[in-house]
Amino acid sequence: MYRYDEFDAKFVRERVAQFRYQVERRLAGELTEDEFKPLRLMNGLYLQLHAYMLRIAIPYGTLSARQLRKLAHIARKYDKGYGHFTTRQNLQFNWIRLVDVPDLLAELAEVEMHCLQTSGNCIRNVTADHFAGAAADEIEDPRPLAEIIRQWSTLHPEFTYLPRKFKIAVGGAAHDRAALKFHDMAVEIVRNEAGETGYRVHAGGGMGRTPHVGHVVGEFVARADILAFLEAVMRVYNQSGRRDNIYKARIKILVAALGADEMKAQIAREFDEIKKAGTLAVPQAELDRIAAYFAPPAFEDLPDDEPTSLDPTFANWLRQNVSPHRKPGYAIATISLKPIGGVPGDAGHGQMDAVAGLMDEFGLAEIRVSHEQNLVLPHVRKKDLPAIYKKLKALQLATPNAGLITDIIACPGLDYCDLANARSIPVAQDLARRFADLSRQHDIGELKIKISGCINACGHHHAGHIGILGVDKKGVEYYQLQLGGSGAEDASIGDIMGPGFPAGEIGGAVERVIDAYLELREGNERFLDTYRRVGMEPFKNVAYGEQMYAAH
Amino acid sequence: MPLIRHGAAAGDSFVTVADGEPLPAGGAIVSLGRFKSERAALLARNAPLGVRLASAQPPQELGEDVHRLSVIVYEFPVFRDGRPFSWARMLRTRLGYTGELRATGHFLYDQIAFLVRTGFDAFETNIPPRDFARALREITDVYQPSADGRSAISKLRTG
Amino acid sequence: MAAPALQVLTANRLRDGAVVYGRAGAWVETFEMAEVFEAKETADAALAGAGEDVKARLVVNPYLFAVRRDGETVRAVEEREIVRSEGPSVRRDLGKQAGGKDAGHGRAGATPGADTGAVMESFDVSL
Repeated sequence: MYRYDEFDAKFVRERVAQFRYQVERRLAGELTEDEFKPLRLMNGLYLQLHAYMLRIAIPYGTLSARQLRKLAHIARKYDKGYGHFTTRQNLQFNWIRLVDVPDLLAELAEVEMHCLQTSGNCIRNVTADHFAGAAADEIEDPRPLAEIIRQWSTLHPEFTYLPRKFKIAVGGAAHDRAALKFHDMAVEIVRNEAGETGYRVHAGGGMGRTPHVGHVVGEFVARADILAFLEAVMRVYNQSGRRDNIYKARIKILVAALGADEMKAQIAREFDEIKKAGTLAVPQAELDRIAAYFAPPAFEDLPDDEPTSLDPTFANWLRQNVSPHRKPGYAIATISLKPIGGVPGDAGHGQMDAVAGLMDEFGLAEIRVSHEQNLVLPHVRKKDLPAIYKKLKALQLATPNAGLITDIIACPGLDYCDLANARSIPVAQDLARRFADLSRQHDIGELKIKISGCINACGHHHAGHIGILGVDKKGVEYYQLQLGGSGAEDASIGDIMGPGFPAGEIGGAVERVIDAYLELREGNERFLDTYRRVGMEPFKNVAYGEQMYAAH
Repeated sequence: MPLIRHGAAAGDSFVTVADGEPLPAGGAIVSLGRFKSERAALLARNAPLGVRLASAQPPQELGEDVHRLSVIVYEFPVFRDGRPFSWARMLRTRLGYTGELRATGHFLYDQIAFLVRTGFDAFETNIPPRDFARALREITDVYQPSADGRSAISKLRTG
Repeated sequence: MAAPALQVLTANRLRDGAVVYGRAGAWVETFEMAEVFEAKETADAALAGAGEDVKARLVVNPYLFAVRRDGETVRAVEEREIVRSEGPSVRRDLGKQAGGKDAGHGRAGATPGADTGAVMESFDVSL
């Protein structure tokens, strides 16, 4: 993984001093809250329901054991002992004090971490496939490019006061595990017919109030030109994105207003000009230098036998949470942060420390955070899987539900978030309890439930096979159901079923939808496939049906 | 409003003139609208000329006349409106403007480094020159090229 | 004649973001201790006074919110304010509802295993 050199280290130290000065000026009254707010947001510091919330950047979701230990330490020293992994591969702490933040940042800088640009109207954390460098279907590891984009976008003088936030993702496989089409801009590594590797650039995707699937704005951009192309997209957006209405300020609105063709044309014209200037061509030496950091570990030649264990529960975890690796004898292991009835995506300091210890014990240099709020060990020797499973189980980190109905994505919601209309975590807990039975989960198969507590859609509910949106109806929590969303390469926005369900009824409605799926499905259809075949009607009928026969 | 030019307190030899008001004898800064409607007369004056643009007005609106101007002013209606950063960059690089590029309106101490990098060299501001200099020292190296011609860290690494 | 709207003044403390409530021109940490304003004039005056505390860098974002009497107790009308006054409904061991016994900022909490939090046994619909 990337390691800071002297330039990066100096930069992050200076950045800590810069923020410390901003906090001093705020506390001394030289900055009003209005003036300070954009500055603290540039550092991922929100004022939430209970305290300040700090969002720590985890570039493309990659962490070392040393960094994970530091996060555990920060949880203990500056927070209440736990953190929340987010749908953008970052980590949030919920009980932060403003006065502690400069020292906290200094401690993060010691392990090459920071909170820069995790909020605000700037370019945010660049996310990437959490199976990067390991997946069997990968064309190329997307993270070297993600790192180059991260550096280029850091304190970019021209693009720090954009109309609105800007989220970038990078993918390196045909199967899209990074939800590229729902990002403001995404880069997909592709191969053309001549076998050359280049980049397909998407723009204008987004969740929120008005979800959009992104459009291709650059079909095949050559390696050396990628930063020039991305800068062209940013400049068109910075110049023309709406500034009069924050609900219409994202690039997805601009693309919809101009039309994809006009957007492409404007980007192409700007790209030509930037190319002519030549200042953004990335030197090959720099590309090579960064790519070298992401070289895979020295893989051993190991037999590819399926591991076994005397523990009868191991088989379920192996089947569900372990994914194929491109190297025989290796596997990708998903650490579930979705224990039945737990808070999705939360991890305690003890768990973080123990996982770091596990990484050291089994020689695992990296761990990943997925946008589905789980952790991933990318390069595990198959023969180590039983021992690792045993340790994870003791930590309540071995729930065998990766990709199943109880692997729910949920935003913090009204339990934590100042923007929320309704609580999301209790809905996730209720659903997980209802569907806890593992054989029932296996029967249901792949089903992605995503829950957002407000229209800002941080739970990505538009991309859920079943999406749930919390709304506030006269002070009572109601939940709207959406069906048929997908964040993969077959991207689609879920369809709204109809009026919302009160808090006590949403669980039952989802159960009836699932029962209908099990009755209607043909062959090996996932829920998503059945929905796409039969449409909303059969599900809508049963979901609301009970309310008509309430006396039953 | 005090003027900082090239990092130091400076006198302003220009008068910013409202539309419809008479022009002074010396340097004058007029709105883009006035420049367009009185262009010939303004350019014929034997005095330096400047144009003041709103954040929604791209510098391309001036066309080749950029080279006839001594000052171009961009007004920030609110610090959040980041369009002038792109306009400044365009002016300095693609349009080859070499005159004074002045920032006015509502911008923050914390934006000074970005303003300078994108090409502004004069500032109508109450921020003292000493603080101005401090703002430029906070971060030593930069990760991307801009209008100031500084080498990005990626170039510094590989020499 | 309709009952007058009852209001409580709240804000967040600047230095640590903690939720605080207005009482006799000062700030208290628990909702139970908050002053309940029966008249609009007193509520507005308290809010105006809070503006001074904003300038003094004590608090940020003061505002009034509606409460109602439920027998002897006073409750917030909006769920958001109930959550602010108690803490997360999914971590009853944390925040104001823990009565100062929760783990945090280098201090071990009264409840063991507070780091991962109790796994919910039932859907706590009520706030």
